Order: sequence, then structure tokens, then C-alpha cells
Amino acid sequence: MGMTMTQKILAAHAGLKEVCAGQLIEADLDLVLGNDITSPVAIKEMEKMNLNSVFDKDKIALVPDHFAPNKDIKSAQHCKCVREFALKNEITNYFEVGQMGIEHALLPEQGLTVAGDVIIGADSHTCTYGALGAFSTGVGSTDMAAGMATGKAWFKVPGAIKFNITGKPNKWISGKDVILHIIGEIGVDGALYESMEFTGDGIKYLSMDDRFTIANMAIEAGAKNGIFPVDDKALDYIKEHSKRTPKIYEADADAVYDKEITVDLSTLRPTIAFPHLPENTKTIDEIKEKISIDQVVIGSCTNGRIEDLRTAAEILKGQKVSKGMRLIVLPATQKIYLQAMEEGLIRTFIEAGGVVSTPTCGPCLGGYMGVLAENERCVSTTNRNFVGRMGHITSEIYLASPAVAAMSAIKGYIAAPEV
Amino acid sequence: MNAKGKVFKYGDNVDTDVIIPARYLNSSDSNELATHCMEDIDKSFVSKVNKGDIIVATKNFGCGSSREHAPIAIKASGVSCVIAETFARIFYRNAINIGLPIMECKEASIAIEAGDEVSVDFDTGIIKDITKGLEFKGQPFPEFMQKIIKAEGLLNYIQSR
Repeated sequence: MGMTMTQKILAAHAGLKEVCAGQLIEADLDLVLGNDITSPVAIKEMEKMNLNSVFDKDKIALVPDHFAPNKDIKSAQHCKCVREFALKNEITNYFEVGQMGIEHALLPEQGLTVAGDVIIGADSHTCTYGALGAFSTGVGSTDMAAGMATGKAWFKVPGAIKFNITGKPNKWISGKDVILHIIGEIGVDGALYESMEFTGDGIKYLSMDDRFTIANMAIEAGAKNGIFPVDDKALDYIKEHSKRTPKIYEADADAVYDKEITVDLSTLRPTIAFPHLPENTKTIDEIKEKISIDQVVIGSCTNGRIEDLRTAAEILKGQKVSKGMRLIVLPATQKIYLQAMEEGLIRTFIEAGGVVSTPTCGPCLGGYMGVLAENERCVSTTNRNFVGRMGHITSEIYLASPAVAAMSAIKGYIAAPEV
Repeated sequence: MNAKGKVFKYGDNVDTDVIIPARYLNSSDSNELATHCMEDIDKSFVSKVNKGDIIVATKNFGCGSSREHAPIAIKASGVSCVIAETFARIFYRNAINIGLPIMECKEASIAIEAGDEVSVDFDTGIIKDITKGLEFKGQPFPEFMQKIIKAEGLLNYIQSR
């Protein structure tokens, strides 16, 4: 029986010729990732069990990014715990404030993730690296601890849904609209326990930043991973960023899929997820009333990359945010920050009346740098609009693309640029 | 292994942000986390929960963030089992890895109501709603996962091998 792309990667890492959906396997890991929230729990577990060493100091990445730069004393203790562990174990890929960025933008940029890898990360958005043709998935702290100690993880081999991507998207339609559209169609548990395998002619129109956004939010459909075929764009990206050799896996022609869904990019419209689930989507045309907004956040592991900032700046250039609007822009890594500075994007944001923050996950999970008050509304390029996610439990989050976010900041209500 | 207790009932898509809001993730202490368990979906949970109580929810319990703090908070609050129609996959892994008993059973997740007295037999997968006099058969774990649960967590299991 044919295997999906994901199944082939897992089989190779489990030393098996063939695997099938539902099979329990143990796979070798190419990278184990943790952040300042999840790593301390893993480190404590390792200490409790007297697991005093790591399997490979080059195959662990520790990125304090959630509440870093330290937001309060308790967070500072967590970051200190991660720092001390990294030093003690001589972890090669520990990223201190100043080098760090939001983990899922940082790791591909640093060349730590390439096609064919098996990666686990104690962060649900670890599925982002599927954009490069890797199998990567989010786990908890205990799995991270076990991964750091042994270099292995257990997996139930997932089945897959095949997404046949066709057509060419219109201007202002980005990866965010694609994935919000898909989640709106299949629901937040529409791909539960499964792989989302993207394929088809339309993929050539999706930039790498679009693909990172799409793979990033596979978890928001309940998926184990999202994965793209490795084309020239992906190989060019890997070549530019990594010294490692990618390994290309392709799904077998007779691979079995639980479902096949076609997404015609040419028909997509700016798509917004209403509170309090990413599946509550509406296109801009379906929003008849003016929904007033207090804050706009542009950033995160979903949409804090250079293309996202360029899109937002293109719309904000020479404009002002509406009266009373708080626009917060967070470039996802130091490299992106510098690039945005050199391209004049930071100037554009500041002149428009926004603030630009150092890289951090902060506001996305209601940590800091933009927490919402009672009944406030935010258009955010982040990934979750759950109750209380960004602050007060009565606050509302509308998930959208950088283009919709920027336009909404100018108008003061949810709006999209005209095509 | 058995569980018995009073039921707290929730609906679809209970996410880990409402189980333990991120504003409390600057702590990793299980007892401290437990004092905020379910805070953003059920403010009275912490004051009402008793040791042994059971959470029953419908689809996709534990979706969203991978924070292991969510099952840790539930376990530390005294809950003896979570029953749901389905669990989000990272929560499912985390629960097994830290030894929080969970059970998938669609019929039970729909029929059981808040306040019911429920018992769960993990060896047979039998769920009994004592209040309503109903009985359900839950999905037993594959053998591999049972070994992890028996060892009281993944790291114990790894060390015992």
C-alpha cells in the first residue's frame, strides 16, 4: 500500500520499510525544541528522573521567546532556568535575547530545519516546518524531556487529508487567507490526529512565507502536521539558510487519503476568523456591519515574517492609524527586524502611529506587549482567538492577514484593501 | 485502576487557554497552577472541585496550545479522569505522559450531565453513570500506552526499560 509524504518520513526515521496509519512507532529525532514556558517543566522532569545529559547538544534548540525579554520576576526565573540548562549542557542552539526571535520564524531562518527532518517541539506551532517538507509536530514538556534525553519519540502514524491547491491568488490574498479558509471549511477538529498534505499546481504561487503561515496553523484544524512538497522555492530557501542537506520525500502515487479537498486560490477573498474559534470565518464581503477595533497586532510565528511586514507597510505608507487605535508591530526575528529597518518599513509603521516591538510572542497569548482590557476588540495576525487568549475574557480577537490588519488599523474597523 | 466522582460538564473545543490561562504560565508549580484551573471557562470550578471528581466534555477537549500545564493543573486539582468524545492530540499525549487518566467515549460524553455521580474502570473501559443508572463502554488504550500509564508516566517508562 502506498504511503503519504508524512508516512514515508516517519518510516525512514523508525528504520522501517513501510508504516501505515494507526501504527505505533518510535522515531529518531533530528531536532527537539523548547521555549521559556515549556522547557522549565521538561528540565525539572529530567532532573527529577536523574537524566543528566542530552542525546546530542547540536540537535536541541532552546528559544526563550514567549515571556522574553523577561516580563516579570517569575518569567525571569523561567528564562534563567533555561539559560542555566543550556550552558550546563553546552546546547549549541540556545538563543539569548539579542539573538533570539519567535522560535518558528527563527529556526528555519537559522537553517536548523530542512526537508526530510523529524522534529518535535514543546510548542503547538512546531508544525510550521512542514512548509519545508519536514515532519514536525507539537508535543508537551514530558515528550520534550524524553526527546532531549533519548533523541527519540513515539508516534501514532497519522492518516492524511490531501489538499489540492489550484489557481492563482489575487493581490492581497496571502497564506493566512488560505489557511483560515480551510479551517473555516473543515473546523477546528477537521484534521484531528491527521496530516494535512498540500499538493497541486497552485502551490507555485505561494511564497515560502505563505507556506510557513499555512503549515503553522495546521494545529488550528487539530492536525498532527501540515506538509508541503519540496519544490525549487523550498530548495532555494533551504540552500540560502542552511548548510544541511535536505532529503526529499514524495507521497506515493497510490497513497491513501482519508479525504481530498480542493482549494482554488483564485476564488479566495480576505478571510477573518471571528471570536472565539479559528473556524468562525467570514470573508470580508460577508461582513455587513462596521466592527470597531481598539487594537491591531501584526506579528507572531504565524505572520511576523518580512513579507508580512512588507504587505502591512505597503498599506500603511503615508497613512495614519485611526484615532484611538493601538497598532503594535512585532518583527519575528532580529534578522527580520534589521531587514525591516533597512527597507524603511519600521519608519512607515512609526510614522503611521504604530509601535514596533522587539521579537516576542507576548501579546498573542495575553502575556504582555498588548494585553486587552474588558470588551476590547483586536484584529490580530496571530493564530488563536479563544476566550481570554489575549487578555480579559470579554475581549474579542479577529484573526486576519497582515493586509486586513493594516487596513483595519487605518479605518478603525475591520476592513480590507480593494483588489 | 478506578475513578469515581461527581461530574463537571463542558462542551466542544475546551482549549488549553481556558483550562489554564497563559497569564499564569509564569509558574510551573502544579499546586499553584491548580488554583487557576478552568478559570476562564468556569470560575467556580476551583472552589467546587473535590478529590476524585471527573470532567466530562464533548469534542476536541484540550485543543490549542501544547502547554502541559493544562493536564498538570487538572491532575493537581484532584480530578481523577477526563472523559470526552475526542481529545486534541497534544493534550492526549500529554495526559498519557504525565499519568492523567483520560477516556474517549462518545455516548458517555453526550449522556452524562453535570453533577452526576460517575465511576470509571480503566481495565475494562466501563463507565457507569450511577445517578442515571447508565453504562457505557469507553475506548481502551493500546497496549503501548497502557504500559506508559502503568509506569506512571513516559519518563518512568523510559527509565524502566
